[in-house]
Amino acid sequence: MSSFNGIGVSPGVVVGEVHRIRHTVVDHEVPGTPRQVLDALEAVAADLERRAIAADIEVAREVLQAQAMIAQDPALVEAIGARLTDDITYPDVRPAIRDAFSGFRAALESLGGYFAERVHDLDEIADRTIAELSGEKSGPVILSAPSVIVADDLTPADTAALDMRYCLALVVAKGGPTSHTAIVARGLGIPAVVGCNDAEQLESGDVVMVDGRHGLVERNPDEATVLHHKTREDALRARAAAVTGPGRLSDSTPVNLLANAGSVSDAVSAANAGAEGIGLFRTELLFLSRETEPSVDEQVALYTDVFTAMAGHKVVVRTLDAGSDKPVPFLNTVPEENPALGVRGWRLTRNGTGVMRRQLQALAQAATDTHTDLWVMAPMIDTPAEAADFAAQAREFGIRHVGVMIETPAAALLADKVLAEVDFGSLGTNDLTQYVMAADRLDARLSDLTDSWHPAVLRAISLAATNATTLARPLGVCGEAAADPHLAAVLVGLGVTSLSMAPVALAEVRGFLATVDRATCIEVSQIALAASSAEEAKAMVSAVLES
Amino acid sequence: MPSQVVTVASSVGLHARPASLLVKAAASSGLSCTIGRVGDKAVNAASMLMVLALGVKFGEELEITVADGENADSVLGTLADIVGTNHDEDNPHA
Repeated sequence: MSSFNGIGVSPGVVVGEVHRIRHTVVDHEVPGTPRQVLDALEAVAADLERRAIAADIEVAREVLQAQAMIAQDPALVEAIGARLTDDITYPDVRPAIRDAFSGFRAALESLGGYFAERVHDLDEIADRTIAELSGEKSGPVILSAPSVIVADDLTPADTAALDMRYCLALVVAKGGPTSHTAIVARGLGIPAVVGCNDAEQLESGDVVMVDGRHGLVERNPDEATVLHHKTREDALRARAAAVTGPGRLSDSTPVNLLANAGSVSDAVSAANAGAEGIGLFRTELLFLSRETEPSVDEQVALYTDVFTAMAGHKVVVRTLDAGSDKPVPFLNTVPEENPALGVRGWRLTRNGTGVMRRQLQALAQAATDTHTDLWVMAPMIDTPAEAADFAAQAREFGIRHVGVMIETPAAALLADKVLAEVDFGSLGTNDLTQYVMAADRLDARLSDLTDSWHPAVLRAISLAATNATTLARPLGVCGEAAADPHLAAVLVGLGVTSLSMAPVALAEVRGFLATVDRATCIEVSQIALAASSAEEAKAMVSAVLES
Repeated sequence: MPSQVVTVASSVGLHARPASLLVKAAASSGLSCTIGRVGDKAVNAASMLMVLALGVKFGEELEITVADGENADSVLGTLADIVGTNHDEDNPHA
């Protein structure tokens, strides 16, 4: 028995035989005439069209249709014609094909963001065209029996070629929680593990168990292991389904369960998932990819839609958190050596552009128009002076509940003074973890350090929570940490009063919290604080909570 | 040659669904259609790669031109509608 860890992106436990998918990369010369190259492109386009029609999922269908259009693109045909000018058989057409794509590839890459994501499509079309010419194209994957699909990476064309009725689970070496594989798996409700580096050791015919909630793949699992994982999964599902209504511990201690949202449609899913409000509304979407600042009226319109979707509930809005991994073109104009430590969040008020004031004005107006219980907080606050500055500006616009994100070590260390300036705090555990551990949370090589279970992070949270309790300030958590049921119990034990998470995670956390009392939460929080690593904290807390 | 200036309404810009719709409509019109920033170089609107490479963002103004021909005005109307409509309200990248 050997186990491989990855990121669980779609829950469920299954056991099955591995079907390994490998991509064809042609590593020898491929001769051809210009006509043959164009015919190959046409064949690739036709194949992608066919796969698009057969695709079960709308996002996959759209990506495949877009790829088919690229393969038939007049500009691409022209670029190939300019490189293969003579009507002869060229000894190797691969360089001409790659070169024809390279100009478009570079243009899209330099645009960044959504546009740069298309680069993979271009590479895939080039690979497929070359494979088509060399006669080595990978045929449709034929699954004769239900199988666990294992691959280095799965492209939309790959998943579209799979007969999903026979697909028990997906395991890929690459990718993250928002990868195509993750979206497809969740859409179909089949277990999936991504970012599983060691998956390449698995071969067709191996028998594996996949636990898509816990991100675990076990080769040759014994019966006891399978039973343990299946029982745990069944219990988690039953628990999630059993409890509804506001969040409570088993002794009726209330824990506000809120949802994170970034758009009007997120707010609608939050309301549908029974959230007691929005604990983090991210306002970046309206600003990202803009050359100029959205007007106050435009902002009022968006905030009004969000507040209306959550009518009658509390809504916590974070002011624009631009900078670092979310640059806004008209604000983040100076290149920074170290953007995560640069002028981001509330620090942008140093530029004196008044963007935050206009945002506060728009928020206040939308809240008045819709009679919303509006709470507003500023991101990236370090000092009591910054907290006081934000509070004064927000109160000037009549905002009743003003707060700060506690996401830097400085804010946690000075929580007694920072929280004294405002009405509430919210722990941004994603950034707090990266800053406490001094480890980039986007760097997969450091994932062992960027775990919010780390006792160093929990001690920072504990310090903030103790001070919040003394000052009688509500303190929430908005970050991935809140969505982990065991960690949620630890956070409540530390003194956190509300948890905000993706709407999809609410039912499980609500169900779990209903099984523990306050004394147990305090007990496990002390155990976690005393641990010396994230793994140890997780294991020791789990031993108590699942006993 | 009829032409019209339109503001991009989709929040991801001229990308993904809006770009696909535009390119498809331009390619099936049978007329030569171009698109570009006002006063800037225009590209073939039937080329997905050229349209994507413009890197057009939400709120930008674009000029669409359709070559003279039968239905040129209605083709122009269709293309302008596509660019001027928000096609990604359920944007998953939120």
